[in-house]
Amino acid sequence: MNSFKRVSLFAGHYGSGKTNLAVNYAIELKKHFYRVVIADLDIVNPYFRTKDSAELLEKAGIETVSPEFANSNVDLPALPSELYGVVQNRHRYAVLDIGGDDRGAYALGRFAPYILEENDFEMIYVANFCRPLTREPEEALEVMREIESAGGIPFTAIVNNTNLSHLTDEKTVAEGYAKSKRLADMSGLKLLFTSVEKRLAGNIDLENVFPIELQRKYYEIL
Amino acid sequence: MAKVLMKGNEAIAEAAIRAGCRHYFGYPITPQTEVAAYMAKRMPKIGGTFLQAESEISAINMVYGVSSAGLRVMTSSSSPGVSLKQEGISYLAGSDLPALIVNVQRGGPGLGGIQPSQSDYFQATKGGGHGDYHLIVLAPASVQEMADLTVKAFDLADKYRMPAMLLADGTMGQMMEPVELPEECAHSVDKPWALTGTQGKREHNIINSLYLVPEQLEEKNLERYERYKTVERDEVMYEEYMLDDADVCVVAFGIAARVSKNAITAARAKGIKAGLIRPITLYPFPKDIIRKTAENVKGFVSVELSMGQMIDDIRLAEECKKPVTLCSRVGGMIPSPEEVLKAIEDMEGGKF
Repeated sequence: MNSFKRVSLFAGHYGSGKTNLAVNYAIELKKHFYRVVIADLDIVNPYFRTKDSAELLEKAGIETVSPEFANSNVDLPALPSELYGVVQNRHRYAVLDIGGDDRGAYALGRFAPYILEENDFEMIYVANFCRPLTREPEEALEVMREIESAGGIPFTAIVNNTNLSHLTDEKTVAEGYAKSKRLADMSGLKLLFTSVEKRLAGNIDLENVFPIELQRKYYEIL
Repeated sequence: MAKVLMKGNEAIAEAAIRAGCRHYFGYPITPQTEVAAYMAKRMPKIGGTFLQAESEISAINMVYGVSSAGLRVMTSSSSPGVSLKQEGISYLAGSDLPALIVNVQRGGPGLGGIQPSQSDYFQATKGGGHGDYHLIVLAPASVQEMADLTVKAFDLADKYRMPAMLLADGTMGQMMEPVELPEECAHSVDKPWALTGTQGKREHNIINSLYLVPEQLEEKNLERYERYKTVERDEVMYEEYMLDDADVCVVAFGIAARVSKNAITAARAKGIKAGLIRPITLYPFPKDIIRKTAENVKGFVSVELSMGQMIDDIRLAEECKKPVTLCSRVGGMIPSPEEVLKAIEDMEGGKF
């Protein structure tokens, strides 16, 4: 966890844990920088959003930009104009939460030129090898390529976020790490870190472990 | 098979494939779109058919066609889309065709909203379409059950030649949980009634719901209701939770049951003996256990994401012997454990 870029983008397969990770990463960034903004670019999933963590983010002093209709009954894939400020105002460190798969990454296209021009970004592929359609590095690589061509920004790093929700154990993380390493080799990218739920982080003997807190809704318990 | 992390909607799709379903027809609508998206990715790779129809009405009639040919077939939608399918569902029932219809419910009526709801209970259990008929209605309360009950729905539909409905809601569809996927099974149910080609060796079969002679139509209806009696006798499924010594019985299905379990834990911590009956089949409804429970409890609390629909079936089942109150939120809202706890306390204290 060093050499932070001005813009960190979290993209990946649908349901790989991008939103959770983006929120935790923004909180980490805030420890190092005065102004941090997190932006929700997810036009695919109207149910789970950074806005669910609004209170937590506000308390941490992190600015948020969400689609106007997030968490409402309006299923409209519209993005707010403040998003241009996120990529154009270079005085803030920005975390961008991109929607799942190539469908989600299309929303990135119009901001890509600004991000590429500034050239101070980390485009992070969030890998969860417990997801049924990305069980193997080969499948993940296919998704990576689809996202890149939809979003117009090449990936620069991989994060191992392999988890089975509350059933995650050391073995889950280790297997995910091995597959992430292979994905890194295949794609020529660096493995930035392994993110692990706080309860487990102490037991994980791997390089660059990033302990994270999970957002969970009350009705998800049991 | 190791567990994987899945959305409820994806679990339905993968379980259907593993149950031998190779034909999916649908039309996108939040919050069930992942069922279609998953099918679009998987079906071409396994020689199946994914087709985004031009409307929900087309999709349900394509289901009719494939089912007539004796193959496992499904469609999925959310509330407004399921309303559009009702005519086709009635035709399926009237032609004694098995099929799976998935409803990942959202708030209504009308276009309503995209957040979760259970307000299609009446539509699912009391017909929805025209005529005398029932669907087998299964209500999952976890991603695991989204998978398991999908398989069960196909099996029951084939066994009784009835359409089956998986009645989920937006939270069930969107929630991610670890799931153990069912084993792949070769679909080999004998369907001598199906339109498979006579090859000149037998009389041709007819799939039809039109009977111009009233005596024949009456006979068809009576025969169908004999089958429904068997379903009501043999296929009721429910879960009991802390019911043995309960003074207050909560009845809830799907997401409402999960919230209720938390409330029951809280009530028990306060010394109130609360328990739960969670119907897994909404048709056939678990009448017997509710009637038996009425003898031992002060009353029932029906927890629903509707203005009170299942509550009628609870009252009918317990023959109005004990009071039944409603604890509900609507419009995409979900009752909190605190709200359910308050309803339990009020019932315990006789305040209702």
